[in-house]
Amino acid sequence: MSDFRALDGNQAVAEAMRQINPDVVAAYPITPQTEAVQVFSQFVADGEVDTEFVTVESEHSAMSACVGAGAAGARVMTCTSSAGLALMWEITYIAASMRLPMVMMVANRALSGPINIHCDHADSMGTRDNGWIQIYSENPQEAYDNMIQAVRIAEHADVTLPVMVMQDGFITSHSVERVEVFDDAAVSGFVGPYAANFQLLGASRPLTFGALDFYDYYFEHKRQQVEAFSHATEAVLEVAADFNCRFGRDYGLFQAYRLDDAEVAVVVLSSTAGTAKVVVDDLRAQGIRAGLLKPRVFRPFPAAEIVRALSHVKAIAVMDRSTSFGSMMGAGPLFLETAAAFHVLGRAPQIPMVGYVFGLGGRDISPPDLEGVYHDLLAVADSGDVGDPVRYLGVRG
Amino acid sequence: MPEPKGWKELPIGGIIDSPGSARDLETGAWRARRPIVDKDKCTSCLQCWMFCPDMAVVVQADKMRGFDLYHCKGCGICAKICPADAIAMVAEAEAGTEGEGG
Amino acid sequence: MVTQTETPTRLTLRELAKKPDRLTSGHRMCPGCAAPLVVKQVLMAIDEPVVVVCATGCLEVATTIFPQTAWNVPFIHNAFENAAATASGVEAAYRSLVRQGKIEDDNTRIVVFGGDGSSYDIGLQSLSGAMERGHRLLYVCYDNNAYMNTGIQRSSATPVGANTTTSPVGKVQAGKKGARKDLTAIMAAHGIPYVAQASPHNWRDLMQKVRKATAIDGPSFINVLASCNRGWRHDPADTIEIQRLGVDSCLWPLYEVEDGVYRVTYRPKVKVPVSDYLASQGRFGHLLQPANQYIIEALQADVDRRWERLLRMAGEV
Repeated sequence: MSDFRALDGNQAVAEAMRQINPDVVAAYPITPQTEAVQVFSQFVADGEVDTEFVTVESEHSAMSACVGAGAAGARVMTCTSSAGLALMWEITYIAASMRLPMVMMVANRALSGPINIHCDHADSMGTRDNGWIQIYSENPQEAYDNMIQAVRIAEHADVTLPVMVMQDGFITSHSVERVEVFDDAAVSGFVGPYAANFQLLGASRPLTFGALDFYDYYFEHKRQQVEAFSHATEAVLEVAADFNCRFGRDYGLFQAYRLDDAEVAVVVLSSTAGTAKVVVDDLRAQGIRAGLLKPRVFRPFPAAEIVRALSHVKAIAVMDRSTSFGSMMGAGPLFLETAAAFHVLGRAPQIPMVGYVFGLGGRDISPPDLEGVYHDLLAVADSGDVGDPVRYLGVRG
Repeated sequence: MPEPKGWKELPIGGIIDSPGSARDLETGAWRARRPIVDKDKCTSCLQCWMFCPDMAVVVQADKMRGFDLYHCKGCGICAKICPADAIAMVAEAEAGTEGEGG
Repeated sequence: MVTQTETPTRLTLRELAKKPDRLTSGHRMCPGCAAPLVVKQVLMAIDEPVVVVCATGCLEVATTIFPQTAWNVPFIHNAFENAAATASGVEAAYRSLVRQGKIEDDNTRIVVFGGDGSSYDIGLQSLSGAMERGHRLLYVCYDNNAYMNTGIQRSSATPVGANTTTSPVGKVQAGKKGARKDLTAIMAAHGIPYVAQASPHNWRDLMQKVRKATAIDGPSFINVLASCNRGWRHDPADTIEIQRLGVDSCLWPLYEVEDGVYRVTYRPKVKVPVSDYLASQGRFGHLLQPANQYIIEALQADVDRRWERLLRMAGEV
């Protein structure tokens, strides 16, 4: 039996954490994630979870304590945002290389400076090469569903990697929506008990974690991490199928919205995809064959699947809520990955592709902005001329 | 040394599941001076055992039995602190087989 | 709550020598290094199972070169500045898993080792946080007075006047400027149940302190002087004697703070001049020149002042 409740994204995540009932949570407050751990703290205070909650003095220590607890053999979770994730940066690599399957919610927020508390994806995109699986959520429901699935993905025997679950700071983290909350027993049945592969505590023989590798072993350990990512795609799909079977919501590597017969398509992450769906419907009503691809999993990047799903369109816009300073024409990471995927895996002639960087520091993106993007694409498809391949949308000149 | 394992064979996560395996490493090869114990002077007070940073003083049945030369790095702490002045440090090149099998 | 093994191993060399090595031979620490002595004595003092958490540093790199490990106990190294936070996580996991009946409560003791770089400097925040939160763990700082693993750079534990590679002696500078940080006092100011200073040359004193610390259901900190003969520039054979001079000069007093009560655990019969300690090490060689006599005098005055203050706090004057 599930229950429909009015929850914002942070509350929905806290609710998922309560139901998952991790052994250890170590977290530090940072806007806009704070509410998630605040709500969870109350569950701890009320004895509703078995969790040992470590109220650390920084995010660096949050991730460090998660590594300690994870290596000890505990199921571990944390939450952060922006500068907090940046401060964890060094240790996120260690969590991944130690193959600790923890789950972290990231309420996406711009990085300083100037200091800004609002949404963009600079924080999680900055950690895209750190060895974590990355899952992006459109709304509170997806944040809740993704947290639950993330535990299974992280702990999957062929994967054993940490997972970040993203939601847009404020836009999703603080927006109250109708969220279907599953029965506690159904969630704990879905995630199942945790048995670590290797653990410090209660092991049959003493293990050494965090040893020093020279050039004779480091490369092999990195190669193992690459291998784990090659299994992650399948694991995400396997977990999604079971989730769909039990809870009746269908997730994949991405969501294709009215894409099958689309002539022009936008690729965009998270809450902006929700806005884009409304725009797609409006344009369809006008007879324009607009479509949308919303990546859910950014790491591992589902390159072949995305190329396949978009291979029939006449023009593509890839929209990034972050930039990569000094990259080719100032393009964002999602554009660069998608463009590379088409170059390597796509067929000739190349489909015209435009990159848009938008919404930095929480700059609003409205339906008319997105309509403009689709009209731009129609012109590109018509003329075959991409024009400026990377565009900055919504910034004053 | 056996051929290093490839990535498919190594346990994941960089863990080492062979506790105490550093014993395989011959740190005694570093040694320039060798401790030689005069068993007539030695009282088995075990100070040398306590102050050996390399766990290379062999104690059996409460007695100091000599040195584990496979691991002893020749720091000379034992000779310096021995209250009975029973340990001498001898240049490795001149030590021959003395003290071996201790 | 205080839990302790019913009949702890007697602190005699014969009894202790029967215990298996928790840190084994074959580690790659330099000949004569005091750090493995500190580890050996700390872990030998504990009869219960242990988990060791270690900061990046000589001890960690020289004991865990893949695929061999010198540790015979569960061991984790995470990074340089976060050993205490990592241990907090291990301790939280222990509490949680025991409470839920997922693992057995076997009185596992969590022991952290960090050098002065990772404890006084880059890991001070992590250490402070762990102490404040009250985790049951013993943090042992092996203080060798500088960043030895990277090549003898000054830390905030480096004594005034010491020649290091980032506080070198030059035409206008006589080694490290300014006094060292008093980390033991900072830890005592946290109001945690047990704080102490020790030295491995006085092994029984050190081990008794470890026993007290690990019997407490809460955080404890022991700061241990640990000579680095490469950085201090002395014959490796002199390690124990130099540690003794450090203590007998009252530069490194042996004391403990138990629930806020100070106690000096060893009082030298004859207080050795600080200059004897300085003269034993090449890093202070330049201080013996007449032009630098004022530095020795200032250091002696500082040591005297701190020693007197400690005696007052311990109610011994």
